[in-house]
Amino acid sequence: MTDTQYVAPQTLDEAVGAFAAGGDDARILAGGTDLLVQMEAGVVSPGVIVDVKQVAELTTIEETADSGFVVGAAVSGAALEEHPRFGEVWPGVLEGFNLIGSTQIQGRASLGGNLCNGSPAADSVPAMVAAGAVATIQGPDGQRELPVEDIPTGPGSTCLAPGEILVSLTFPPRPAGSSDAYLRMIPRTEMDIAVVGVGVSLTIEDGVCTAARVGVGAVAPTVLLVEDAAKALIGSKLDDAALDAAAGACSAACNPIDDKRGTVAYRTKVAGVLLKRTTEIAAERAQGA
Amino acid sequence: MAKIHVTTKINGEPIEFLCDPSETMLDALRNELGLTGSKEGCGSGDCGACSITLDDRLVCSCLMLAAEAEGKEINTIEGMAEGENLHPLQEKFLEEAALQCGICTPGMLVAAKALLDQNPNPTETEVRFWLAGNLCRCTGYDKIIRAVLDTAAEMREAAQ
Ligand SMILES: Cc1cc2nc3c(=O)[nH]c(=O)nc-3n(C[C@H](O)[C@H](O)[C@H](O)COP(=O)(O)OP(=O)(O)OC[C@H]3O[C@@H](n4cnc5c(N)ncnc54)[C@H](O)[C@@H]3O)c2cc1C
Ligand code: FES
Ligand code: FES
Repeated sequence: MTDTQYVAPQTLDEAVGAFAAGGDDARILAGGTDLLVQMEAGVVSPGVIVDVKQVAELTTIEETADSGFVVGAAVSGAALEEHPRFGEVWPGVLEGFNLIGSTQIQGRASLGGNLCNGSPAADSVPAMVAAGAVATIQGPDGQRELPVEDIPTGPGSTCLAPGEILVSLTFPPRPAGSSDAYLRMIPRTEMDIAVVGVGVSLTIEDGVCTAARVGVGAVAPTVLLVEDAAKALIGSKLDDAALDAAAGACSAACNPIDDKRGTVAYRTKVAGVLLKRTTEIAAERAQGA
Repeated sequence: MAKIHVTTKINGEPIEFLCDPSETMLDALRNELGLTGSKEGCGSGDCGACSITLDDRLVCSCLMLAAEAEGKEINTIEGMAEGENLHPLQEKFLEEAALQCGICTPGMLVAAKALLDQNPNPTETEVRFWLAGNLCRCTGYDKIIRAVLDTAAEMREAAQ
């Protein structure tokens, strides 16, 4: 057994200090549903474990005055689901997040952990990318903000510098007629890893799509923002031609792996199909929003 | 290696124990505290046999560090019966034979209780989804689901 240390700092400054001081083999602990699995498998043996769940900025959900949201990076899926307003405004982000694991996993898993673990198949990430969520990052040299799609750099890696902690995710205010959705394709119906995951966020005014963002997971080394798919939707009435064009753009953006869960051809095709279905769900929700 | 001193509450009792920094809560319960009701089926969050509640939230104790228990309230299967009086879920599992080998049973009971504590009137679908992270190799699940639904119905009646 390695000589591990565990610390649970009370403030963000202390957490950044402990994390930076721990060097290369320090690890942040949020819900632990990735980290402890990796520790038990012997893949990771941290020198210092920095538990961030005592830090207020990482564990609170705040609705801003202009009705955006700031969600702490370590807030659990169960806690976000209980929030009275978040799921009304961002049903797609919440459904992506709530798809992660079982009830037990939901009691602990966080958006920050899902993002920082760097899996291309992370279920909450395409929906956060579609939402235009911005990550607030705090490190030894101060604070910076980055769009969620810029954080992962490859399977299991992120652009966070040594000592940097993801603090929170900011979801922008939404105009009337906006909503979002997330769908994933898995071989089983529960507890499985996405073969493709698609998040769509859009705004509809007088029947016309005036804004859209598309995030796609599990089809490339990182979750993708697919701007061409969004462009095909914007300005349209989401008719068949627009959906076909967007689906084509979505498939064209894919650069997937071939494995037992799905071939390249299968993943590429399903990405287009899911884009259409997800757009239809988001559009239906937007009509009522 | 320096041990960590943890002050916590388990099944309502204030408890102090020592653990290694990377020791899981499941290992601390079983090896330090003699609470062997929580089982290790997988050690990776897949089977739910190690289910406990942490400040009333259902979690896998195999994916939690023992050190995280500091200042929290933990409930395990050992706290479910009151002395000799079994919890209605425990009674119903026995009555309706909702177990065979019994390895999954503590986790099933802890998880089912957490559901009924927050939703006294779940649908069958809600029970199945809630318990999707509790695997059972023996029963085929139907008897477990039925026992949870029947307990919920009886507890609602008793509460009237
Ligand atoms: C049974 C099971 C089923 C699962 N099913 C799914 C699924 O369906 N879909 C899916 O996407 N995932 C799934 N997962 C993976 C996992 O639950 C998610 O990725 C979860 O969101 C991780 O969050 P966490 O808070 O537990 O992360 P942790 O394990 O605490 O952290 C994950 C990684 O991110 C780092 N990290 C965490 N927070 C921060 C931060 N604030 N700043 C910097 N670094 C940080 C940690 O150091 C670690 O390397 C499953 C896991 C299990 C055990
Ligand atoms: S032992 Fe914890 S989920 Fe299987
Ligand atoms: S009774 Fe044997 S695993 Fe459930």
